[in-house]
Amino acid sequence: MIEFHLDARSGVAPYRQLIHQVRHALRLGLLREGDQLPKVKDVVAGLAINPNTVLKAYRELEYEGLVAARPGIGTFVTGTLDGGSLAAHGPLRRDLARWLGRARRAGLDDESIEALFASTFRSASEEDIA
Amino acid sequence: MSAVIETGGLGKRYRRQWALTDCTLSVPAGHVVGLVGPNGAGKTTLLSLATGMLAPDAGTIEVLGGTPGAGPAQLARVGFLAQDAPVYPGLSVADHLKLGARLNPGWDAGLARGRAGRLDLDPGQKAGTLSGGQRAQLALTLAVAKRPELLILDEPVASLDPLARREFLADLMEAVAEQELSVVLSSHLVADLERVCDYLIVLAGSRVRVAGPVDELLAVHHLLSGPRRDPDTLPAGLEVISASHTDVQTTLLARTSGPIMDPAWMVSQVGLEDLVLAYMSQDAGRRRRDHHPHLEVRK
Repeated sequence: MIEFHLDARSGVAPYRQLIHQVRHALRLGLLREGDQLPKVKDVVAGLAINPNTVLKAYRELEYEGLVAARPGIGTFVTGTLDGGSLAAHGPLRRDLARWLGRARRAGLDDESIEALFASTFRSASEEDIA
Repeated sequence: MSAVIETGGLGKRYRRQWALTDCTLSVPAGHVVGLVGPNGAGKTTLLSLATGMLAPDAGTIEVLGGTPGAGPAQLARVGFLAQDAPVYPGLSVADHLKLGARLNPGWDAGLARGRAGRLDLDPGQKAGTLSGGQRAQLALTLAVAKRPELLILDEPVASLDPLARREFLADLMEAVAEQELSVVLSSHLVADLERVCDYLIVLAGSRVRVAGPVDELLAVHHLLSGPRRDPDTLPAGLEVISASHTDVQTTLLARTSGPIMDPAWMVSQVGLEDLVLAYMSQDAGRRRRDHHPHLEVRK
């Protein structure tokens, strides 16, 4: 069973944060098929958030085919995320580490690196859309 | 869809001063509604009108389809927790539950006992010696155990410390999850409401500035920053809520349903707090005539 947490300062809508955490746990293998998600009532009592927020997150995950609700019992994981792509993580991480090294040697500080990555990421995804 | 609170041109005046003006709202059922605004904005006035403790001087108000406070049946459907969670200091916790059972036809004794036990409220203790947090929990227990369809809370957490605040809200949300309950709660602090509310009403200077489901409000408002420009040259459909300019830069908090195409703008998301503050500080006189502050609910 995973436990949710909320970052109030992140600016990301709470239901998105919950979805994100489930997807994250699926990617890392912390949640597997058949595992139960925390009960709505428990999430609500633990985080002091609106039940509709949890329901909305679970509905969206269900729509994505990642979980299924069994009425009166709970919500269970039915899908997996990128099980196959885990193998690709290693080489990509090494590439990224090399790139980070070059950025540092070029004199970029952490903030500049983050800004450069974010803006490149944004323009790359915009090209994908266009 | 049925509305828990429906008002049309609602107004309330104290002597010559209008505490609430031209309030038109339709709050759908099944939400936790945050009523937010600075002190003196008219929050308590609106809630008092909804409970029937005040009568309107202008316009109409219906609560759960009925007239507020009209007869025992209507009173039983609405729970109300007044500011600072009033309890009877000389009566014990058990006395309060007994009183609740006598006064409310729909009283759920099992629920009341269960909650009091879970919250570690000692039945024999006098309410006057309870901590602020416990007093609020006792008052909430009474309000929830009458099994209302709509629960109205006026600044329920204002006087509580951060821990008691969190516990109270968690407890309230658990009650919402367990019972089919619509909730309206007021606060002058957005941070208190951010986690628990999925519908927001911003009240300032006796007027409703904006109202709607939180997700929709966040989706249609954006923070734009870019080279300085004249507000009059902005495209139609972009409604500016607040604007600030330096000699080279313009920053806007704007509302638009469509995407923002102009590449000159750097677009970022708006947090709920910034959104609320922008509406609170908005000058009422400068608002566009055609702008209707109420956001329709799309189903």
